Amino acid sequence: MSSLSAPGTIATPVVVPNAKAALWLVGTAFLALLVYYFIGVDQGAVSVFGNDMHIHEFVHDSRHFLGFPCH
Amino acid sequence: MEKRIILRGLLAGAVAGLLSFVFARIFAEPQINQAIDYESGRDAAQELLDKAAGLPVEAAGPDLFSRTVQANVGIGTGMILFGAAMGALFAVAYLLCLGRVGRLRARSLSLLVAGGGFAGFYLVPFLKYPANPPAIGHPDTIKERGSLYLVMVLCSIVFLVAAVWLGQRLQARFGNWNATLLAAGAYAVAIGIVMALLPSLGQLADNVHTFGNHPTETPLPLENSQGAIVYPGFPADVLFSFRLYSVAAQLIMWSTIGLVFAPMAQRLLQPTAKSPVPAGSPDPVAA
Repeated sequence: MSSLSAPGTIATPVVVPNAKAALWLVGTAFLALLVYYFIGVDQGAVSVFGNDMHIHEFVHDSRHFLGFPCH
Repeated sequence: MEKRIILRGLLAGAVAGLLSFVFARIFAEPQINQAIDYESGRDAAQELLDKAAGLPVEAAGPDLFSRTVQANVGIGTGMILFGAAMGALFAVAYLLCLGRVGRLRARSLSLLVAGGGFAGFYLVPFLKYPANPPAIGHPDTIKERGSLYLVMVLCSIVFLVAAVWLGQRLQARFGNWNATLLAAGAYAVAIGIVMALLPSLGQLADNVHTFGNHPTETPLPLENSQGAIVYPGFPADVLFSFRLYSVAAQLIMWSTIGLVFAPMAQRLLQPTAKSPVPAGSPDPVAA
């Protein structure tokens, strides 16, 4: 996996795991996936706000353009 | 350290989202508008056919946001938030890779992780279920289409992680080059099997029932009861341009994440500025 690096250079340090770092990682990943869900999926195939379509219609163009199925 | 990396990932992602929004505003919006015009014209033609056949005509729902809002504020919000979310996930992946990728340095790792994000989150799912402009996609199949797309995204990401793990396991025995090729081959075979097993969108039960046997949901010409074409099929050039620009926007987004994050990560992880190198001598770290 290191075919791009020149020989003899220093490796990057290990940052994860330690308990506090893991918490930050899980929290960040969760929030990011929540944003992914609301931009790409909600009020389409599944909906957390029932029949309301405000988020879907507001980000409508980006949902199409980012490759998500729509309508 | 992890907080600083995540913050930089978010920043790179927001910049990336902003750039792809500018690209989308200039290149995608004209195509989206043409697709919506096509859809409106087709709906009007369908309405006339339904009236002539004595069928009830469905009233269209009210527009929650004007086209102006959708085409400027809406797409801008969507692209920038999506970019920031991808930047955050990029940072998480980058953190997990740190210290586990041999002699790979901070900047090279940034580009490789961004390339993985582009392929895993977008390009590989796109190969099976490409992006579609408005007017393509039947409302009755949104549940199946949404689930199938997410299955593709999930498989492509999980397989990518598995391929990296496999490559690292094979590295001791086959060396970097051959282990990378073997892992890439295994990824292609695994995702190829998933693509072959998942149905194409035209083959969904609702679509076959309503429209007959077609590979996709792209609208075909509308015919009246005598079989004469009263409205054309979806314009092929609009579809091609829309998809090309969609790939281009993601390429811009992920390259920006990788390129903006790379120097920040290098300063953070491999600071070398303490001892300035005399001019003219080769600098092994900056090479």
